[in-house]
Amino acid sequence: MARPVRFNVHPIKADIKDNISIVDMPEGYSGDGFFTTKLSNAVGLARKNSLWPMPFATSCCGIEFMATMASHYDLARFGAERLGFSPRQCDLLMVMGTIAKKMGPIVKQVYLQMAEPRWVMAVGACASSGGIFDTYSVLQGIDQVVPVDVYVPGCPPRPEAILDGFIRIQDLVGKESIRRRNSDEYKNLLQSYGIQ
Amino acid sequence: MSVEQHIKLPEGSIEKTTTTLNLGPTHPATHGVFQNILELDGERIVSAEQTVGYIHRAFEKLAERRPLYQITTLTDRLNYCSSPINNMGWHLTCEKLLGVKTPKRVDYLRVIIMELARISDHLICNSVVGVDSGAFTGFLYVMQYRELIYEIYEEVCGSRLTTNMGRIGGFERNFTNAAFEKLEKFMAEYPAVLREFENLFTRNRIFMERTIGAGPIAAERALNYGFTGPNLRAAGVDYDVRVHSPYSSYEDFQFEIPVGSTGDCYDRFLVRNGEMWQSLKIIEQAYRKVQEFKGAEAEIYHADAPSYYLPEKKDVYTKMEALIWHFKIVMGETEIPPGEVYQSVEGGNGEVGYYLISDGGRTPYRLHFRRPCFIYYQAYSELTKGSMLSDAIITMSSLNLIAGEMDA
Amino acid sequence: MSIKIYYRVTEFNSVMALTNETIKERLKAKFTDQVSNFEEPYGLLTFEVPKDLNLKVMQFLFDDEELRFKFLTDLCAVHYPGQEGREIAVVYHLHNLTDNIRLRFKVFTPIAQPDVFTATQLYSTANWMERETFDFYGVNFVGHPNLKRILNVDEMTYFPLRKEYPLEDQTRIDKDDAMFGRGPGGVVSPIDVKVGPSVAGQAGPLNTADHGGPTSQDTRAGQGGDEVKPQ
Repeated sequence: MARPVRFNVHPIKADIKDNISIVDMPEGYSGDGFFTTKLSNAVGLARKNSLWPMPFATSCCGIEFMATMASHYDLARFGAERLGFSPRQCDLLMVMGTIAKKMGPIVKQVYLQMAEPRWVMAVGACASSGGIFDTYSVLQGIDQVVPVDVYVPGCPPRPEAILDGFIRIQDLVGKESIRRRNSDEYKNLLQSYGIQ
Repeated sequence: MSVEQHIKLPEGSIEKTTTTLNLGPTHPATHGVFQNILELDGERIVSAEQTVGYIHRAFEKLAERRPLYQITTLTDRLNYCSSPINNMGWHLTCEKLLGVKTPKRVDYLRVIIMELARISDHLICNSVVGVDSGAFTGFLYVMQYRELIYEIYEEVCGSRLTTNMGRIGGFERNFTNAAFEKLEKFMAEYPAVLREFENLFTRNRIFMERTIGAGPIAAERALNYGFTGPNLRAAGVDYDVRVHSPYSSYEDFQFEIPVGSTGDCYDRFLVRNGEMWQSLKIIEQAYRKVQEFKGAEAEIYHADAPSYYLPEKKDVYTKMEALIWHFKIVMGETEIPPGEVYQSVEGGNGEVGYYLISDGGRTPYRLHFRRPCFIYYQAYSELTKGSMLSDAIITMSSLNLIAGEMDA
Repeated sequence: MSIKIYYRVTEFNSVMALTNETIKERLKAKFTDQVSNFEEPYGLLTFEVPKDLNLKVMQFLFDDEELRFKFLTDLCAVHYPGQEGREIAVVYHLHNLTDNIRLRFKVFTPIAQPDVFTATQLYSTANWMERETFDFYGVNFVGHPNLKRILNVDEMTYFPLRKEYPLEDQTRIDKDDAMFGRGPGGVVSPIDVKVGPSVAGQAGPLNTADHGGPTSQDTRAGQGGDEVKPQ
């Protein structure tokens, strides 16, 4: 019942000549020496390819994140080379691991300290919904305390899944409207979490 | 050693001479969430107070709800850098309670997996000590080989990190040829990588000056604090559960116990490195022993315990007895004898103990985990008294504190 | 790298072996009939000590030239709701590293006044272990330097690992207990009967132990007798 071996026991040399992908230009109108597009497209393109994540690694998902950052899966090729540990300097809060009730206020505090625009990614089952720990001491998902943009399920999610989550965040960042953070809908969202 | 105060305040002043620094739960250098409130006099630490519990997940209460075979997933998440060791320790506890005897081939395969897990745990700890002292390269070099260890786990159980590996009585499937090929690749390539990693750090002057003398502990104090594992061995005591209370046929293997002398960060680093070499030795011996099983014996991957080991799925769908056993095991109608058992294994951080009290029911009446990280983190204030702030950071990472194990 | 052996504990096999029998004799000689209930489940000597003598027994085991139990491996508690006056057992696991022998002893205390003397003077490792036991069961360790909650939030008002309290947070809204087969009105699994006072003791066709395995109610140590409600 042996299934075929797929991974690098007998590695094949990679051929990168035809495998380089280039980011598409945003839609716009171009002419002799100029190019016009929506401001949000340009800003989104710049932002999404240079997100500065803040890893909030609490448990096992944190180790998978370390594997994602390492050279095999390499988060840096998506622009997230600089991991910040100060929330003031970061755009993306990646919450990886179980958040206990004792830790909940701290997640909220870190979220409040981040400057707009900010995105939140809940990595792992515990951060998304409490995971396998349906107990008195575990917060059943960080969306009880902070608004979350992308949830990455898994226990722990494979590095490819974390990268997929990151790419979804990049999609959100690229398509975000310039006025979103001042809109009523966003303000109501924050109000529902008790954040002014 | 006495700590001089460098700020002299006038008599009756209400100001404190020390600064309070919160090395809080979220900090780049704390690997996991635990808090330290430090009182600093300039750069020197006068006292430290630890707060844990930021990831308390109530494992012990959760275990009272789950049947024995479902608790393996909880044990994964104790020391998640080396989860197969915790899994095997739990299976050994259950086997002790239920009186299941595992065949030699299963024992040797378990030894291979446990030593791989030990290597992967020590790799994280040592490379992170490097990262905390400023050297990121070592981390990147060795993470490649951790990926290979993860691939070996995947061949055996399907999962990378939280492995839930094995069953009471053995493994869920035989090791495939791919698993053995990857193991051979690991054994062939890894020693050179480890040597390169050692060359980066062991005689590196900056690293030595950062770590020698940082966070030392005397052997008597370490024993009194309940230290086990590499931290105790770095202090000079050669206590290793694999030698003292051998489990899973460890008595059939020849290996040394590397021991340090002062118990400081440098000794802990060297002890962990030495243990990785010893683990490689054990893996080679175990692999040779496994290769010696031929024919029908080479197909054995679990004990003959139909009351506790789930039968093969193809038998469940075709044979009546297998279906009945499957039903009985899953619904909890098999005999679990009442009693209490304490079993310990040598985890990446020391003696991981499982104290299981069963009252004859499907789930444990009480399950307590003896978690080494929880126990030796108490000593942190003593380890860092009088040292500089940067030594405190390096001590914390060299102790290999895993928050999941600390808070359970 | 040069290896200097400081403390040779792995030469235990050559010394004359200390056995469970010897330990039992020495304990009985020193403490006569106050040490009781000697058993050897799975080869580990287990006995019971009255709660006022726990420090004396540990000190004896520590200081004695032959016994030398200088390592406290573990300290935990167990809750037996059915045993009147002896509801909480504090269990100590000791280890003699030089002769490689372990033992376990238990101290029983009533739940109304769970005072036990602290072992922190003798073993520094008992500090956090006792805090954890206090946090989970409410055992008051007399003489402990810092007996506060350690793993749970400081504001918690009850001791969660006692059998009468449920595992789940009852105030969570995103998970429906009825879907898990728990809670009033749902199918009661026999496993849960030992944890919830709201369910145990209710009459009804589903609240019997006839369905399911050998988890009959009478094998549980005293369920269904507690009046304590969670806070």
